[in-house]
Amino acid sequence: MKTSVRKQKLQHLYWRAGFGIPFRPDQANDGIKKAVRDLLDRSSQAVPLQVSLPHTESVLSADMQNADMRQLRQRERNKGFVLLNNAWLQQMATSEAQLREKLTLFWHGHFACRLREPRFALQQHNILREHALGKFPDLLLAISKDPGMLQFLNNQQNRKQRPNENFARELLELFTLGRGHYTEQDIKEAARAFTGWSYNPQGEFVFRARQHDRGKKTFMGKQGNFGGEEILQMIVENPRTAEFLTTKLYAFFVSDVPNPERIQSLSSYFYETGYDIPKLLEKIFTAKWFYEPDVVGSKIKSPIELLAGLQRQFDVTYADGRSPLVLQRALGQELFRPPNVSGWAGGRNWIDSSTLAFRLRIGPALLQDAALEVNLKPDDDTEPTAPRKRRQDGLRIVRAKADLNGLHQQLHKVKDQDLIHKLSQKLLQVPLRPETAALLSQHIPAGVAHADKVTLLTLRLLSLPEYQLC
Amino acid sequence: MATNSRREFIKMSALASGMLLVPNFLHGLDRGGLPLLANSNGKRLVVIQLSGGNDGLNTVVPYQNDLYYKARPTLAIPAREVLTLEKGLGLNPAMEKIRLLYDQGYVSILNSVGYPDPDRSHFRSMDIWHSASASDEYLNTGWLGRYLDSLSGSSANYAAIEVDDTLSLALKGERYTGIAVQDVKRFFQATNDHFLKQAAQLHAQDHTHHQVDYLYKTLIDTQQSAGYLQEKTKVYRSKKEYPNGEFARNLKTIAELIASGVESRVYYASLTGFDTHVRQASQQANLLQELSEGLYSFVEDLRQQQEFDNTVIMVFSEFGRRVAQNASNGTDHGTANNLFLIGGKLKQAGVYNDGPNLQDLDQGDLRYSIDFRNIYATLLHNWLDGNAAGILGGKTQLLTGLI
Repeated sequence: MKTSVRKQKLQHLYWRAGFGIPFRPDQANDGIKKAVRDLLDRSSQAVPLQVSLPHTESVLSADMQNADMRQLRQRERNKGFVLLNNAWLQQMATSEAQLREKLTLFWHGHFACRLREPRFALQQHNILREHALGKFPDLLLAISKDPGMLQFLNNQQNRKQRPNENFARELLELFTLGRGHYTEQDIKEAARAFTGWSYNPQGEFVFRARQHDRGKKTFMGKQGNFGGEEILQMIVENPRTAEFLTTKLYAFFVSDVPNPERIQSLSSYFYETGYDIPKLLEKIFTAKWFYEPDVVGSKIKSPIELLAGLQRQFDVTYADGRSPLVLQRALGQELFRPPNVSGWAGGRNWIDSSTLAFRLRIGPALLQDAALEVNLKPDDDTEPTAPRKRRQDGLRIVRAKADLNGLHQQLHKVKDQDLIHKLSQKLLQVPLRPETAALLSQHIPAGVAHADKVTLLTLRLLSLPEYQLC
Repeated sequence: MATNSRREFIKMSALASGMLLVPNFLHGLDRGGLPLLANSNGKRLVVIQLSGGNDGLNTVVPYQNDLYYKARPTLAIPAREVLTLEKGLGLNPAMEKIRLLYDQGYVSILNSVGYPDPDRSHFRSMDIWHSASASDEYLNTGWLGRYLDSLSGSSANYAAIEVDDTLSLALKGERYTGIAVQDVKRFFQATNDHFLKQAAQLHAQDHTHHQVDYLYKTLIDTQQSAGYLQEKTKVYRSKKEYPNGEFARNLKTIAELIASGVESRVYYASLTGFDTHVRQASQQANLLQELSEGLYSFVEDLRQQQEFDNTVIMVFSEFGRRVAQNASNGTDHGTANNLFLIGGKLKQAGVYNDGPNLQDLDQGDLRYSIDFRNIYATLLHNWLDGNAAGILGGKTQLLTGLI
């Protein structure tokens, strides 16, 4: 295989299984099978995300009727979410366990919770991280017992005398079977089985036996005195769950355009392996069709993929911790703050005229150390606006520094006439059209030093819509 | 960057982009390439969003109801101060200007507007109002975006304009989305990069890679809309006096877009800061005054331009607040709320339905009596000539005698 073809394939693999390949001198040039194996191996250990959150215990126990204390608590929580966000983004950009980071992002959008308390958010994140590359039934059980999840979907209010169906409904509709594959009665019966699943203030799962409904339930045609575990067991025994998950994983890792034949075959395999996530991914990443032109470069980068990718390839460092959150919110994807329990819609939903215009400016602005300004809509859930301090708060300025040295080093031997071609291959996942290449070359002044040419061309390429694809 | 300082660099890129002569075709395309708005009956909707959950009970005050005064010992507005309307209701004293509009028959107030199983999170409740979903349903499109989708023929994204930097879900459809423009000139400059315009033109006729084409198409639409808005609005400036502040400035922008003949159906603007958990009285009064004075100037402006009869303004918030005040002289998140419609040609001005029932509460919260989706349906069907059933999922009813 030609080296350049192989490189393009590796690049594709790394954009989908991770956040791109950093520009390093010692770049590997493996065959696909080995590269996939390597990706899996490097992600085999689950290392929890470590963030030392502000000590909010004293604030937590304080009298919350007191408005100042409430505000103080909210400030502390916001600080916590900035730390969490920064830490995870940094991991995505630098970790060797790229696949685990990517999978954790997938599950974060799948089991999408907007939590108030950063401690709970971190705990939930680490559950997703731990089981991201395991077997789905283990992940499902762990996340169903997660205090953050139980809180977000009101399961602490799910009691024998007064069942709350919220968790049971989303479990069936959004987490496992999907709409149309259960009845309203199934939801009611499942909700009864999860009565008493609760947590204590220390953030530990607690089964409150007195609130649990021990009576007989009929769930998906079976009868018994089911508890929550048995309901989960029956759900994963239903092949429809494998189909639902595979469809979603296919959309995330392969293409927004579903391919029923491929999905069917992958989903049977997933089911047969007992929902073995790494095996399913290995199957996808080593499939011939995964590298075909209708797949390569066919996905619109999510805001997180865009930002983590820039950080990974250009060592972006932000002037302050808030900045990446500002960009994420302006683009419509803030880590730890999914829009609702159904997660981010993705695909073309990322794009409207404002987000696209902003996306095209981000790369060049970050690389030039230029300020980006944006008016953000308020988030009243986390940033209660104080009296007399209002609208001007919406304006945010983002500053960052970046480094193109890695790219310069890789290209310093490339001849001028090959520069656009080589550079566009490194930066874009879709071929640059000859007319666009010609236009680019017109925009480079004659007599500019080689290194500056690389810089100028990089800025232009990053401002093209093609850069938004992976 | 390897060798250059940032300043040198910027000089160089300015030089680089200045080197090319920009052909004139862009202007021709800006005019000729835009599709006309289909089905226009000349009517438009202006949506004003009060973000944070406006306290409806202190906006439209049930000043003859003892339960109101019992629930709010220090926060209730004394009966002698309210601007009386009818049905035992009166406006917050900060809303004198709205009262003037009301007296001229331009205002209709709908009480107890909400939805079943209300959500008390700002974000989720706003999500529900924007997407017009049920509270256990999740939609990726907004009600006005789906209205754009439903228009026959092609639509331009300036058919729905939000005066802001980022676009709300309400204006996002499956095929068409609105456009967010805070300042036409700034928007035009931000999308006027010569290199990108040329690159976009290279893709104007292209259909090789569906995702690349899609992004370029969005980019071209944006560039063209920005050019169109810039071209249309560069002559006219409103002479009307508006109060200070961003909200009034945004309303003035809308008035200028309308008076310049921009063919949009929908405009969208927000006033924020209504989350009054603490020391509510002065904060809310300031906001309501800002709202009321801004809207008054806006209405006057439109009237002078003979555009008010074609306009309906809807003012809403994601939820109301609890009936009882809290311990910080504020109020916490509640449920049903009032909603204002303002227009030159309302069928029925005044207080549309009875004030909220303070006797029959749901754990301290108001029960809704009008589903907000029925108001949407009425606006879509009676005003915008839209297919309300298709856009809202067919479960809505039209409100009679409103518009």
